[in-house]
Amino acid sequence: MSTRRRRRNPGVAYSDVKGTLRDRTVDALRDPTLADNLRTAGDSWGAGREVMKRDFGFDQMRDRARDIRRSNIRNMPALLAELQSNVRANGGVVVRAADADEACRYITDLARARGARVVAKSKSMATEEIKLNEAMEHAGLEVVETDLGEWIIQLANEHPSHIIAPAVHLNRDQVAALFRDEAGTDDVPTDREGLVAHARVRLREKFAQAEIGISGVNLGVASTGTVCIVENEGNARLVTSQPRIHVAVMGMERVVADWDEAAHILQVLPMAAISQDAANYVSLITGPRREGETDGPEEFHLVIIDGGRGALRGSEFEEVLSCIRCGACLYSCPMWQNVGGQAYGSPYSGPIGAIITPLLEGPSSPGSRDLPFMSTLCGACGDACPVGIPLPDLLVRARARSSSPAKRKAGLAFRVWSLLWRRGVTYRLTMIGWRLGLRIRGRGGWVHRLPGPGSGWTKVRDMPSKWPPRR
Amino acid sequence: MRTCLSDAIAPKVWKATRRALERAGVEVKVPRGQTCCGQPAWTAGHPDQARAVARHTIKVFAGSDEVVVPSGSCAGMVIHAFPELFAGQPDEDDALDLALRTIEFTQFLAKHDLDPRAKACGALTVHDSCHMLRVLDENESPRDALAKVPGCEVREMAHTDQCCGFGGVFALNFPELSGRLGEQKAQAAAATGAPEVVSCDLGCLMHIAGRAHRTGIPLRARHISEVLGS
Repeated sequence: MSTRRRRRNPGVAYSDVKGTLRDRTVDALRDPTLADNLRTAGDSWGAGREVMKRDFGFDQMRDRARDIRRSNIRNMPALLAELQSNVRANGGVVVRAADADEACRYITDLARARGARVVAKSKSMATEEIKLNEAMEHAGLEVVETDLGEWIIQLANEHPSHIIAPAVHLNRDQVAALFRDEAGTDDVPTDREGLVAHARVRLREKFAQAEIGISGVNLGVASTGTVCIVENEGNARLVTSQPRIHVAVMGMERVVADWDEAAHILQVLPMAAISQDAANYVSLITGPRREGETDGPEEFHLVIIDGGRGALRGSEFEEVLSCIRCGACLYSCPMWQNVGGQAYGSPYSGPIGAIITPLLEGPSSPGSRDLPFMSTLCGACGDACPVGIPLPDLLVRARARSSSPAKRKAGLAFRVWSLLWRRGVTYRLTMIGWRLGLRIRGRGGWVHRLPGPGSGWTKVRDMPSKWPPRR
Repeated sequence: MRTCLSDAIAPKVWKATRRALERAGVEVKVPRGQTCCGQPAWTAGHPDQARAVARHTIKVFAGSDEVVVPSGSCAGMVIHAFPELFAGQPDEDDALDLALRTIEFTQFLAKHDLDPRAKACGALTVHDSCHMLRVLDENESPRDALAKVPGCEVREMAHTDQCCGFGGVFALNFPELSGRLGEQKAQAAAATGAPEVVSCDLGCLMHIAGRAHRTGIPLRARHISEVLGS
């Protein structure tokens, strides 16, 4: 029963995402429960951030984190080569995948060759990016997400709404309803601890069946060939130790030089992400089980994905490679706080998602070319970023690079604008015309409807025709 | 610098800025040929169009000691974005020179310890515009200037660092989301009990007041220059 239900929920395709970006923001704004859930999450993150700054010197730690990551990106080819040779020396297999297809094909082929049927996964944005679940379902494998949040959205047939808290847009009652549906019984607890305990029991059954465990990678440490996985639930530790085969999927930029650097980033990451000065579990995996060891997988495969990242080195977007996927820019973003991550229609949402998705998919990709415009450029994300990525500046650059019909249309208007406003005389003429228009259309000090692009303004607000505006 | 927004909807704002500066003993010139800093096109992703207009601005303001701007956003554009916009251009040095001479109005008052001797006013609440707050890293100079105004009582609203949702072209591209944010800001401002919201940026005010009017939230809006230059 539960298996059939889960089969109904294969990895959701992003091609299923409906409507324009603006349509999706409108839908999200109509959902009062979503607004409440997001506000609760955002407020709690904001309060935690203040504690991190006050009690843990978070701001000072950011400077060093930024320097470390900049240096990692500068030295990336050498660090990756070192990581690769050390993982191999430890008995692991390393695969460099140029794109999503190569990565998915390697993993599904491996599963087929080993006769695997059930795959247990811990949370990984890289696998979300390459749509690995879809590929594995397609290859006839049963995929079980074992991170609580990931399992919840797998049951809900939804995309993650946040990089580290995928089900943050759902509340306790909504989760209980999903669990009742999955278990096929009303006998499911509704309190927080009860729900977690219920999920633990259901998921443990799956761990026992899984032949392959797939995890993400928070950091790859070049000097020892170790991958670090940070989590709070313990499921990733099971995924990486219980099944016979462990496949770790890593974005190529997640490499650091040594343990000195890793120790700092492993501290900054949970501080930025969830305002904890340490993660509950930090798993450090250096190759498969060795002779004489009692646990651990027999095989360890590290799949390192380029997926468009390599080309960003040396470009005006290079700094995005510093990202450690903490999700702080999402929580800090007023846009994300009001519509959540799913409205973005892409694996990565929020400011970082609005920048990297079109970079990875190409500037004219219909699914992501409008994303950089969904920002007021308020700068809260840049302040929140623990590795000092100038997100607002990159959003502006991403807009310049984006190509969409809407932007082309606006481009025509801006060409005319630019011709008129590079001279005082023609500028003053446009101002005379504009003010005359306001006077003609104004009623009681306000204009209620503007034509053309101005209709976007008067759709939701009035335009003062007299200043200061009348009440 | 008058700013295009002041020219478009509130010439009183740049006139009040000039009045405040002159009363504080500053010699003010307002170049007639000025237009716009180019920010609308820059943030809309059209740097070439922005540069042509910005280039005109650089020429118009050549030769002034300091260029005072009654907008954190326009000042931020010149100070923060001109270096990138003109990187590698033949007039890069002129752009950097203007960026060094440009300063937001209340920061100028604070820097030179000037008091425009404004008329008394009552209770108000201050909206920190994001570009003032995070591009110029400033939230004290407007409050310091208001503290010198007789009778002025600043009532701080909740979440002062939260964006009002204006965002230039964003307001036109995503009106519903922009409107929601504007409403939240107008409500936070009205909840202080102060009858008016004051800010260093006209763009935010036009948006907050416009949304407040549409949704029936009782709130007046004035640019800080109008308070200081009264």
